[in-house]
Amino acid sequence: MPAQIRDVMPAFELFQPASVSDALGVLDRHGADAWVMAGGLDTFDWLKDRIRRPKVVVDLSRVAELRGIKEANGGLEIGAMTTLTEVSHNQMVKERYALLAEAAGLVASPQIRNQGTMGGNVSQDARCWYYRAGWPCYRAGGNICYADTPTAVNREHAIFDADRCVAVNPSDTAPALIALDAQMVINRAGSELVVPAQDFFVGPEVDITRLTMLQPGDLLTAVRIPGTWAGKSFYFEKVRDRQVWDFALVNIASAINAAGNSISEARLVVNGVAARPYRLEAVEAFVRGKGRDEQTAEQAGELAVQGAVPLRHNAYKVPLMKALVKRAIRGAAAWNS
Amino acid sequence: MEFVNWALSPWGENILVRISWDLFWASLVGGILFLVAHGGYMLFSPHHKREAGEVDRMEAAMPGLPAAIPRHSFVARIFHWVMAFSMLALVFTSFLPVVGIKFAWVYWHWMAGILLTGSIIFHIIHATFFLDFWSIWVGPKDIPEAKAEMMREFGIDAPGPKPGKYPLGNRLYHLAVLVAGLGAIGSGLLMMSRVRTPIFERNPYLMGDAAYGFTYVLHGLTGVGFVGLIIAHIYFALRPEKFWITKSMIFGTISRRQYLEHHDPERWAASK
Repeated sequence: MPAQIRDVMPAFELFQPASVSDALGVLDRHGADAWVMAGGLDTFDWLKDRIRRPKVVVDLSRVAELRGIKEANGGLEIGAMTTLTEVSHNQMVKERYALLAEAAGLVASPQIRNQGTMGGNVSQDARCWYYRAGWPCYRAGGNICYADTPTAVNREHAIFDADRCVAVNPSDTAPALIALDAQMVINRAGSELVVPAQDFFVGPEVDITRLTMLQPGDLLTAVRIPGTWAGKSFYFEKVRDRQVWDFALVNIASAINAAGNSISEARLVVNGVAARPYRLEAVEAFVRGKGRDEQTAEQAGELAVQGAVPLRHNAYKVPLMKALVKRAIRGAAAWNS
Repeated sequence: MEFVNWALSPWGENILVRISWDLFWASLVGGILFLVAHGGYMLFSPHHKREAGEVDRMEAAMPGLPAAIPRHSFVARIFHWVMAFSMLALVFTSFLPVVGIKFAWVYWHWMAGILLTGSIIFHIIHATFFLDFWSIWVGPKDIPEAKAEMMREFGIDAPGPKPGKYPLGNRLYHLAVLVAGLGAIGSGLLMMSRVRTPIFERNPYLMGDAAYGFTYVLHGLTGVGFVGLIIAHIYFALRPEKFWITKSMIFGTISRRQYLEHHDPERWAASK
């Protein structure tokens, strides 16, 4: 087998538009040949490994209108090019949506958070190494999942909703945004499309080559967080192999509206267990009206992992997820038991 | 236009992956063009059936014929519609995502495939032991009928033989569906070894990459073939001069005059 050249990017035409309309114009002209680059952290992996060879790269770093956090309809609007550091340090985010601030603050390392963006973090591609290595798997347009074979190394892969592909969504902010009932603002063919964060992410059963609903030509411009969940009780935890810098093995984001010790409403989302952030709607329904106590936490944990189908090397995710759900229900008392 | 997609395996080998979706569009457009061309032709050249006077004479000569002649038994009709339903489900679940309508299609696709497989197995047993097995097949003996039918299609009142139970077009279509159907079912069952189902233990190593590639290509070719075949079938089923056949697939019978107009009583003896 001939040696593959790595670490040197293939040639492409670089566009650095200064406005959203300019960016959309370039995307419209080049369609599927164009690659949208936000912070570049996902992009440069693909390009330097020479797995992806776009003809055109559209660097959004000079589009000022995509940056910043502002008040919007009782909530917040976060520009897609706002860095994760800005999100995690922003006072409004910390006061109202500490869940998101915490999730953004746990992404990778400080250097990466300085460069990585909100839009990039939710739009990043799967980290399955068979896929990232350029093997012709389902996600790459082939007809096999190399991670779901009897001899595969699949410790980080899915335990839910696998459909041919067993890759998982690697984002830390995605589950937080779904828990906060955020909306994603997409510019598609010149018109604004606003979709719930939950519907922004897609599983392999619907589209096996994408993790989000973004199509060629689409531009994610902002994330809107409604005021509904501002200041509620939040819980975020990320479990990873290396505490200093790693993707989540499993993470959990929860937003709970509690009256006294009783849960009136809850949203719980786990990532790292399926190709899309996995919302625990059965658990949410179960805990509604129940006390926020050990018994509820225990039962919620059991309920959360029903239907899990572990692969050869990732059965540990089942008890891990169960434990995270229990902690999320316990909330502030998570570590007391 | 591409015919097949290739990929580089982890071992550096070029392997077939699947057919190019260009072929789906080719089959769709080809089917529609055929429909338009045939429909246009038929506007000016109606198919010739047996003359009314001759039918009158035959009717008088065969006074024992019932008014309604059974053409398809209840069981045969149930099979036909179950197969039609599963075929349409298979085609729509496979090609709607290709045209941009995204949904969780794999589950419905293999379920429809299992339904089709079951119905075909049933049909083979039913046709072998309970129907006139050879009445649907075509062979060299049908060449005179093919020539006569061709002349009639061109508007010439040809004296050649009339069909038995099934017109030549029906039998040729059955043969095409048989070939495409068995190819789709065989390849589909092998492809299910890579999908999680409650039916098979998933085994992605059942065959090598190259063998899977050919299997996917075969499945794709039969699939796009069915796009054209289904367009043609629905078109002919709805054509005014063929609609009596479609009605017989719903109600099971044809009229005595339709029997005499379109069939050769010596090749298909009507039952009472």
